[in-house]
Amino acid sequence: MTDSANTPTPLSDADRDELRRQGILLTSLEELYNWGRSHSVWPLQFGLACCAIEMIAASMARFDIARFGSEVFRPSPRQADLLIVSGTVTKKMAPQVVRLWNQMPEPKYCIAMGACAISGGPFKQGYNVLKGIDRYIPVDVYIPGCPPRPEALLNGLMTLQEKIRGQKLTGPNAPRHLRADDACEYPVPEFGETDLVPPTNPEVWQPPTIVRPDKP
Amino acid sequence: MESLEQIRDRLLSRYPGAELSILNNPSPSAQHSLVVGGSAAREIAAFLRDDPALQLDFCSNVTGVDWPDKEIVETTRTTIPDPAGGPPKLVEQKTKRIQPGYLEVVYHLYSMALKQGPVIIRMRTGNRTDQVTLPSLTPVWRSGEFQEREVFDLFGVVFDGHPDLRRILMWDEFKGHPMRKDYVEPDDYEWEPTPHDEVLAKAKAHYPAPAAPAAPGANAK
Repeated sequence: MTDSANTPTPLSDADRDELRRQGILLTSLEELYNWGRSHSVWPLQFGLACCAIEMIAASMARFDIARFGSEVFRPSPRQADLLIVSGTVTKKMAPQVVRLWNQMPEPKYCIAMGACAISGGPFKQGYNVLKGIDRYIPVDVYIPGCPPRPEALLNGLMTLQEKIRGQKLTGPNAPRHLRADDACEYPVPEFGETDLVPPTNPEVWQPPTIVRPDKP
Repeated sequence: MESLEQIRDRLLSRYPGAELSILNNPSPSAQHSLVVGGSAAREIAAFLRDDPALQLDFCSNVTGVDWPDKEIVETTRTTIPDPAGGPPKLVEQKTKRIQPGYLEVVYHLYSMALKQGPVIIRMRTGNRTDQVTLPSLTPVWRSGEFQEREVFDLFGVVFDGHPDLRRILMWDEFKGHPMRKDYVEPDDYEWEPTPHDEVLAKAKAHYPAPAAPAAPGANAK
């Protein structure tokens, strides 16, 4: 016997479809676990600015986020799986957003919805607006737009579901709640004299290296 | 409704020592305003609210204006006769003076009872540094409470007699008053794809262009 005979050959998708036609459903625990998680992503009922209006529209009958299993907007972070940062995060609001994120139990995900939540948007060079929520909490999906339409939010949610379905239960790429080395607690910034202290969480965000083009 | 001049004259007959003047607004809106001196402002405000012909019971808006120090150049022309008998010489003399700046608070008043308004009153501080106290009109119009806090937060006008004078938009630890003309914001520029104007100047300071070799046609647009 050779080594290659010992390793089980993985079932191809075509084989699995063939078995499914015959009434045999084959799956793995990982797949089942991620399937269940990805179809019950409950968002936190939390809006910051005009993007929140689009989020509300997405949750109502016309766009109907319930088709994707995310209709249960939880008023408490303790019961929520998804933080949709929908709108401008002012420096005064940022500690509260990080605190809400810390209060959410793992597994949890974050969507930065709209230009402001991604980068500060039109207020980026202002003195009072955070230049992106990703400098304090890890963001899974970025949705550009000002504000993004409800379809864009739904697309972001489907992207997040794909990401959840692709996660492994073991190994270095496992989600945070299955890793022992992750404390799942993010430091809440303090108010300083002109800015938040610290201005970024270096474990989550590092300033990008900008290479200026020769011809500006 | 009475004109602003009539209101001023009635106020002057009632409060003879009051500092009152009318500031005309030359724009098409013609919303002229009454500049009220600080000392008797609260009595005057209470009079405007309670007077049966005015009944300005609603303070719709409180806002602040920052007038920084302004350099005024005055040109005086004098003619000096030429001793030789020629034509007289015209000499221009320019004198510069600094008009001291001040902070201004503007109140827009309406009457819900008589359905009329607005009457606009203004108050001015002595300067922009240490004489920034004005009487609060919150005891007269309750709706001024948060708006006066906002003026305090962003302009630094201290309202004497305000029930709860704290910052309202910025956090308590914040230093400075961001809406003042000379406010210097923290230098925390970050990359932006299409910088222009002031942002472009910041962009050049933070990301200096690489010392590129002088290629032919590099300066051509």
